[in-house]
Amino acid sequence: MNATVESKSVSFDVRTHRFNYASFFFTGLTGAATYLIVAILVIILGNIAIKGWSHFNWHFLTGGTEKMFDVDTAGILPMIVGTTIRVILMTMFVVPTGVITAVYLTEYAHNTSIFTRIIRGAVNNLAGVPSIVFGLFGLGFFIEFIGKDMDAILHAGGTAPVWGKPAMIWASLTLAVMTLPVVIVATEESLRAIPQGLREASLALGATKLETILKIVVPQALPGILTGAILAIGRAAGEVAPILFTGAAYYMADMPHSVTDQFMDLAYHVFILSTQSPNVEQTRPILYATVLALLMLTFTLNIVAIFIRSRMRAKMHALQ
Amino acid sequence: MGLARGHKARPAEWIGEKLIFLISLSAIVVVFLIFIFVTREAIPIIVGGTGNSATNAIIHVSDMDKVPAEQLRNYLQLTPDEFRTKSHDTLQLLVELKEEAAKDASQDKDAAIDTTSWRYMLRPYQWTDYEKPEYIWQPVSQVRKFNIIPLLIGSLKVTLVALLFSVPVSLAAAIYVSQLANARMREMIKPAIELLSGIPSVVLGFFALIVMASFLQGIFHYTSRLNAFVAGIALGLAVIPVVFSIAEDALTSVPRSYVQAALALGSTKWQAAWKVVLPAALPGVFAAVVLGFGRAVGETMVVLMASGNASIMSWNILDSTRTITATIAAELAETVTHSPHYRILFMIGVILFLITFLSNLAGDLVMHRLKARLEGRR
Repeated sequence: MNATVESKSVSFDVRTHRFNYASFFFTGLTGAATYLIVAILVIILGNIAIKGWSHFNWHFLTGGTEKMFDVDTAGILPMIVGTTIRVILMTMFVVPTGVITAVYLTEYAHNTSIFTRIIRGAVNNLAGVPSIVFGLFGLGFFIEFIGKDMDAILHAGGTAPVWGKPAMIWASLTLAVMTLPVVIVATEESLRAIPQGLREASLALGATKLETILKIVVPQALPGILTGAILAIGRAAGEVAPILFTGAAYYMADMPHSVTDQFMDLAYHVFILSTQSPNVEQTRPILYATVLALLMLTFTLNIVAIFIRSRMRAKMHALQ
Repeated sequence: MGLARGHKARPAEWIGEKLIFLISLSAIVVVFLIFIFVTREAIPIIVGGTGNSATNAIIHVSDMDKVPAEQLRNYLQLTPDEFRTKSHDTLQLLVELKEEAAKDASQDKDAAIDTTSWRYMLRPYQWTDYEKPEYIWQPVSQVRKFNIIPLLIGSLKVTLVALLFSVPVSLAAAIYVSQLANARMREMIKPAIELLSGIPSVVLGFFALIVMASFLQGIFHYTSRLNAFVAGIALGLAVIPVVFSIAEDALTSVPRSYVQAALALGSTKWQAAWKVVLPAALPGVFAAVVLGFGRAVGETMVVLMASGNASIMSWNILDSTRTITATIAAELAETVTHSPHYRILFMIGVILFLITFLSNLAGDLVMHRLKARLEGRR
């Protein structure tokens, strides 16, 4: 343990035994900035919770959308279903890919090789690509390139496009590409936290490297993988820009039946209700309640992820 | 038995490891694919125009049945669904209307211009009925005008407001949380700011549009309720967690012994933070700002909902504004696939991708060097 030097007050100058006013002032200023951020967060959440709660009931959560802007009957069940399916599909694509990439980076790659640095650079860059560019990519690659080609091969002669149009599968794949770095980074962190001794013990007992990874390393890293998956879902559930052109629908009479259908989406619905409502004042209760539903979804996911991660970190601390 | 070495000993394992390697390339492949496929749609624009002048290639009603259906559909700028559902008579009517419009247009001296060439996308031009050369983005009109300068300035304006608001606040908070606050406080504040990053941008946009816009207008009394200022402040809320977490990380990674030495010499905690820790972590702070810039330029939903969406050429932050991202989001769904407008939107997507790519690269490089230096590797 390092002994930390704690002065009595952050602004007490021990040389002169005087109160240092400049230090006091700047400590207060930076503290004020910190609490400003927390206050803004509280205001946003409080405003949404209070105004959204009055309309937030079972009837609203399970209602359909025959009349989208009608305060009394409008519900959000189709959006909840759409959002749920799209994030589940996304998870199926992104978790295996992300975990395997993280395994390669921590277990196989040489940290100094130029090649590893390129992979890391690509992951970092992917994390910074604007979400609307993912939308363009989804349209240009999945729909216009892969989808159109699939139609030409599988449904040659058909009139209506089956794959070459916005669809749930393309939206999910676009989101999977977007959240890949989230899963990689979270998994890598948990893989690195596993003591080297565990791997060595396994190898010493005669297991091969791949066996060690599959039976010792990855099971130990499961909490981290779970954290990554949950963070990815939380991020994806609230994104609108990548699905604008790749699958989200303004209105659909039916629930989606297959992965090639379009879908209604909770986050996109927030956008529609806030910008295209015929009467903003009147539809405000549905808008607030929809925002509350979306926030509850993403926040629950985020809080669970933060909780698992902090427990995992505490455990790793204890091990070392 | 047992003598085989390398991949011959355990072929399944060898294949498994090669597969792991191949899948780990996906991140690189994806970055390349993004660049290639977004650029692919924009190539005709990049190499110099699509020949979209309003006068060329009129299809007369008499020739209507002779041209291929696909060409007719493109000519009328219909989506395949629309084209299929329209009767022959409706199509004929549309062709006649188009011909008349083209006749009207040919009296406009600008009709013959290919407005998708670089000259008209970047430099001001005096269009018919305008008094002086101007920068105009007006993709839906008789002569489609695609000058991207107003959009670039819009993005820059909103981003500047967002950074001016969020950078000082989040850097101050990062210094406070990493150096000045006690441990218990730190444990409470950090998750709170992490939660802020968990708010979806569409919710921030909603909050800016419904609550903040009226609130700020009540204080500052400007004319247009939605403008670059409102969008910038809301965007700042999305940028704060990015700048905060990177700056806080950089400040925390400065060895504790630096602070202890300063305190032992009699400095206050603030003096140690300001004169010792901050200079040591300065590259990291720079990286935080650069990455915050990348986030701000690329954010879509907040600016789409709160900036007012008028592509006016103006440096005034209290004017309604339209950014690159909002333009793509608002207009792409309305365009016909592979039309000039569609391609231009992909082209500004490429510009956006390059801007964020370069800023992320710069931020990462700086952060990498800082870590290496603080860990004593050079």
